[in-house]
Amino acid sequence: MIGNWIRTSLCALVISSGAAWAGENEEYIVVQSTTSTQNSGLLDAILPAFETQSGIDVRVVAVGTGQAIRNAQNGDGDVLLVHAKPAEEKFVADGWGVQRFDVMYNDFVLVGPGDDPAGIKGGQDIVAALSRLSQAQVPFASRGDDSGTHKAELRHWATAGVDVAEASGGWYRETGSGMGATLNVAAGMRAYALTDRATWISFGNKGDLQVLVEGDPRLFNQYGVILVSPEKHPGVKATQGQAFIDWLISDEGQAAIASYRRDGQQLFFPNAR
Amino acid sequence: MQDFAQEFMTALSLILSGDSELLNIVFLSLKVSLLAVFFGALVGMPLGAALAVGRFPGRRALIVLVNALMGLPPVVVGLCVYLMLSRSGPLGVLQLLYTPTAMIIAQFVLVTPIIAALTRQTVESLDAEYTEQLRSLGLSRLASVPVLLWDGRIALLTAFLAGFGRAIAEVGAVIIVGGNINHVTRVMTTTIALETSKGNLSLALALGVILIAIAIAVNAAVSLLARGAAPQRGELSHA
Amino acid sequence: MRDFPLPGSEYPRLEATALKIARGGKTLLDVASLTLDGPGPTLILGPNGAGKSLLLRCLHGLIEADSGQIWQDDRPLDASQRARQAMVFQRPVLLRRSVAANLDFVLKRQGMARKARAERIHELLCEGGLQDKARQSARSLSVGEGQRLAILRALAARPEILFLDEPTSALDPGATQKIETLIRRASARGTKILMVTHDIGQARRLGADIVLMWGGKVAEHRPAHGFFETPQSQAAQAFLGGALVP
Repeated sequence: MIGNWIRTSLCALVISSGAAWAGENEEYIVVQSTTSTQNSGLLDAILPAFETQSGIDVRVVAVGTGQAIRNAQNGDGDVLLVHAKPAEEKFVADGWGVQRFDVMYNDFVLVGPGDDPAGIKGGQDIVAALSRLSQAQVPFASRGDDSGTHKAELRHWATAGVDVAEASGGWYRETGSGMGATLNVAAGMRAYALTDRATWISFGNKGDLQVLVEGDPRLFNQYGVILVSPEKHPGVKATQGQAFIDWLISDEGQAAIASYRRDGQQLFFPNAR
Repeated sequence: MQDFAQEFMTALSLILSGDSELLNIVFLSLKVSLLAVFFGALVGMPLGAALAVGRFPGRRALIVLVNALMGLPPVVVGLCVYLMLSRSGPLGVLQLLYTPTAMIIAQFVLVTPIIAALTRQTVESLDAEYTEQLRSLGLSRLASVPVLLWDGRIALLTAFLAGFGRAIAEVGAVIIVGGNINHVTRVMTTTIALETSKGNLSLALALGVILIAIAIAVNAAVSLLARGAAPQRGELSHA
Repeated sequence: MRDFPLPGSEYPRLEATALKIARGGKTLLDVASLTLDGPGPTLILGPNGAGKSLLLRCLHGLIEADSGQIWQDDRPLDASQRARQAMVFQRPVLLRRSVAANLDFVLKRQGMARKARAERIHELLCEGGLQDKARQSARSLSVGEGQRLAILRALAARPEILFLDEPTSALDPGATQKIETLIRRASARGTKILMVTHDIGQARRLGADIVLMWGGKVAEHRPAHGFFETPQSQAAQAFLGGALVP
């Protein structure tokens, strides 16, 4: 009797899951994107409008920019939406992507503990601030994951002439994790960190951290969108993917990006045209 | 952290009010893990029984291997399954990456050795007790396998639950092969990881408590079933 | 008190010749010739390590001898012959199922129909005084009840030969008596009983003939009254005189 019950329930389970999967045969594309677009809530906010009018389901895989690009090179995505312009241009130049479009920007900010032991608060010059940090040898939490933010941070360290590889494990801590996880680490050990503003504003565990340096033009953070090359990967849904890109850079898509706000603040600034 | 109680109540009220988003996540978690364990048992139990009852060259080595595979790191399994299912991988044409099926495959790989190893132990110790009696009753080694599996059913439920516990709690593999895609492959553990990375620690913790509650509920349900299936108490210790 | 059929009725005939088992250079069993064909239970006596259990397992085909032959009704022992035998062990091995299911397990293997099985189960349970415990888990029975169930299960398929390996060694006198009654009745119905025991009193009560094992060999095989009144071998005299080791 028990055996029958188990059998019946397992059958029900298998059938119901089969039905669930059958329902997933609708049109969809996979977008390889970054944690900042997901963690900030932007994509959850703007995608439904596109999905409703196009009938295309957008499935977002949010990882670091570096991993997103590699996944796209493996053909495991139709569209790439990331923020590391040099790497994106290389992606297109190497033939993995069709064409790159600017979508939007936000900016990076340097955050750190409120008592600011390195004394960089209120500055605008990111390079000068990083130099101070390296002199003061105060803890700094880096993404260390080859993401867009990580790449940007390394560029600024290089400009400041600081060899962070030397300090790795000392005051320079590489978390190897996403932006949110890195901010959790920074909050936990009262470290400084470079973060994109969108993630920062929507981050819920700021603790003692606050924005110390912002407004440097070099902290500009450009997002680009690229259709993965259907020539490299015949499985790419080029038509649907291009439809998504077209919408994203259309007036409607750009307006949707501009209207997304957290705590009254605009997180991303459209600049497709 | 002081708002944990409040966040927990929020999460709990989401569940109780039947919030469809959260319920879908819970349902997908259960579906993926239960199916993974179901198929894991389908393969692991006969495999474990064969290792317990069979006598063939390489058996010892195979037992050591299966025992070692119990500790497979989920991230490594996730990565391997990703490389297999990636469109550039050998099984790319199946287009299974970023689907619940991919998650079931990854968890299947994780739980099958656990179920096989525990089944092997159970069946082996039961076989030591039964072997002469079953031979006396005229059963061949092969024919005694179903008897041993059935009479070890209580202990085998424990093996099933151990596999389920591993599957439902695991995040490293499913986040790689599932991609944590909202409404498609987002399960309890990947939601917790996501909320943690958003800094919503209390919501993440509340979801964690719900996950634990679900795990307890499944365990309790299976234990009740086992009690119903067992003619008597005290069999667990014996099996 | 002898309720066995008279000699001459059809009993199976079990023969062993030149049975030898050695392990690690030590001879454990060395039976030149043993023929069991009389009615009534054959009781196997002997000190620990004399090879009693080993002989039983050999005759039942659980252990293969290094050399020698076993014949049942003038045919070499094989699977079909073994199917006409059954065995009960010192510690009953009960399946983790109900009392009735333990019996049903054997009957199902016989290919009996459902209704016939139910009737036979009821008959067996009444025979063993377990009719109230049919639905109970076999493993919740007392040791004595468990051993009775093991015997009933062995009898379920109506074996021609029943081997019993010290079935009462863990039981109190009351439980032992119930077991002995079961054995007597089975014997009376024509099942040849081959039983190992440590208990000389039990051998006197049950045995029609006695096999005394001594150092792996059959030291003496005679009708019970002769064995106990006028033991002939030195071994038998020593054993009945209370020797604990050969």
